[in-house]
Amino acid sequence: MAVASASLTPAAAPRRRRTSRAPYLYLVPAFVVMGVITLYPLAFQVWMSFTNMELIHLNLRLGVQPDFIGIQNYVDILTSQLSIPNFHFARLIVYNIWWAVSNVAIHLVLGVAIAVLLNAKGLWFRRFYRAMYILPVIIPPIIVATVWKNMFDKDDGAINLILALGGGFIGLPADAFQIDWLRQVADPVPWFLPFFSLPLAYYAMLITNTWLGWPLNSVVATGALQSIPHELYEAAEMDGASGWQKFRGITLAYLQPAMIPYAIYGFVVTFNLFHLAFFMSQGGPFGRTELLVTQAYHLANDQKLYGVGAAFAVIMFFILLAITLVTNRLTKATQTYSL
Amino acid sequence: MSAAAREPIYDTIRPASRIGLRSTRGGPGLLRQAALQALCIAVLLSVVFPIIWVISLSLDPLNRSRPEGLTLIPEGATFESYGQVIRQPTNNPITFVELLANSLKIALATSLVSVLIGVFAAYAFSRLRFRAREVLMLVILGVLMLPAVATLTPLFVLLNSIRLDLPGLGEFNLRTSLLGVGLAVVSGLLPFAIWNLKGYLDTIPRDLEEAAAVDGADVHQTFLRIILPLSMPALAVTGFLGFIAGWTEFYFTSTFLSGTPQNHTLALALYAMQGQFASTPWSLFSAFAILFAIPPAIVYFIAQRWITSGLAIGAVKG
Repeated sequence: MAVASASLTPAAAPRRRRTSRAPYLYLVPAFVVMGVITLYPLAFQVWMSFTNMELIHLNLRLGVQPDFIGIQNYVDILTSQLSIPNFHFARLIVYNIWWAVSNVAIHLVLGVAIAVLLNAKGLWFRRFYRAMYILPVIIPPIIVATVWKNMFDKDDGAINLILALGGGFIGLPADAFQIDWLRQVADPVPWFLPFFSLPLAYYAMLITNTWLGWPLNSVVATGALQSIPHELYEAAEMDGASGWQKFRGITLAYLQPAMIPYAIYGFVVTFNLFHLAFFMSQGGPFGRTELLVTQAYHLANDQKLYGVGAAFAVIMFFILLAITLVTNRLTKATQTYSL
Repeated sequence: MSAAAREPIYDTIRPASRIGLRSTRGGPGLLRQAALQALCIAVLLSVVFPIIWVISLSLDPLNRSRPEGLTLIPEGATFESYGQVIRQPTNNPITFVELLANSLKIALATSLVSVLIGVFAAYAFSRLRFRAREVLMLVILGVLMLPAVATLTPLFVLLNSIRLDLPGLGEFNLRTSLLGVGLAVVSGLLPFAIWNLKGYLDTIPRDLEEAAAVDGADVHQTFLRIILPLSMPALAVTGFLGFIAGWTEFYFTSTFLSGTPQNHTLALALYAMQGQFASTPWSLFSAFAILFAIPPAIVYFIAQRWITSGLAIGAVKG
């Protein structure tokens, strides 16, 4: 509090005493609502996580109370001892982090590259391209996921049909491309990441999320590109800098402060991206493309293990807290600009 | 955002300062332009291909369960899947309009409530100084950090425990009602609205408020007369983002509403048409997906510049 009061502006200080109750008046509606439907359920969830609550305990007429089982749920989750198929906690975490990192890296590179392309001097139809490239952003993710699931269909999906069309030109038979993108069990490139080989469904969803993800990165990069003073490039040209030197020394240097916070935001969004893993691969094959969010959903929705689901959500909270603490050092999100 | 606005300025400033440099003043050479256009068109094709594919699929006649290859306009193209989807999209006895009404109720109510309650708290966080300000902001950030799925279990159990025996109407269970789903959606949307609006209010310069304070305006007058009118675009953007969240909500609706098909939403119907065991013809699915995607797309195109800047603010601050 010392910090806060020390930073009071002189104009605000005298008013504060007269209206010291006003801030709370403004906060009451939000915190009453949040208290009932957000904070209380979250606290209740912590209690639930120490019980064996299942479907039977929800039937109020039976009046069966769940048993307090201590940290058993946590132990079961962390040691992958849950009585559900294909659950492997360490694999889940590693896959989820890799999923987010690999996606964001591609989004960043493509987003910047295409923003630079669209920023090229004298490019025709620039505004048309900008308007069209934003299309993936405006389609709800649930539709993107379900449509791309059809795109990757083994028999009638557009991806296989296009591949077959291309293969036809080099003399491959039409049925050479019956790839079961989302369900194939054998890994496509086992030599890539030999200790953590990834199923084909991962690559299919990577393609989908690339389609979905780069445009917003491009919007952010475009904004940053246009804030670069043009004199810098001219000065660099005078000094005889090459195109690549200009790109690295000026463009990337100016993009960095805008892109890093956005990349962190993208990382969190992708880390929690429910729709692709749920609708496209259904976590398969054998739960290998399951994410924390889809696993949490299954525990509550299909398996109806409410105690375990609650413990799982608490563990998720700490994982995301760790991620936030690491990234917060870069963004300092809690600060108001004027403080 | 200001791309279009800035280009003309660049064009007028640049030539003068570039005299004598190798590069051409009237734009790149034809060869370079062709290469750039080729790249742009390749990107464009990858962006629009899935969209064109779905539109083309939606034109398939009803008796064709799967497409007959890659055709822009399929043989026997017809709009009859749209008619079928509007009459009864799934096996449940519910029409498109009823699904639409349920989705609209959730989306409108949750976004309005979150924005209206959220703007007060956002004002307090952005402009007022009080005890526990940092702590309360951390509470909001902590909630924001959690994805909605992580609150699914407790909300399911708690809402399920609220049952009323209504005379003549039978039992009312909050969990299986649209109201229950709405409460669950607001539970995640309100912290988002507060944070997003605070991020916007932080960017409003304080000169006006200081002038108002000199004239003797108190906190409430400042809020009502200055901050609220200035933050209308942010309210619209935050409301729109909340609307989209409610419009496509899936976790709560699919978990809560399993036994009450009359409360189903567009998102649930889409899933029913596309789930693992669904045998719905792709033309029906495609027509439905298009109808589902059009309303937010139209709003987005109208309000594009505000929404992208709003997204950027939300991104940087939250």
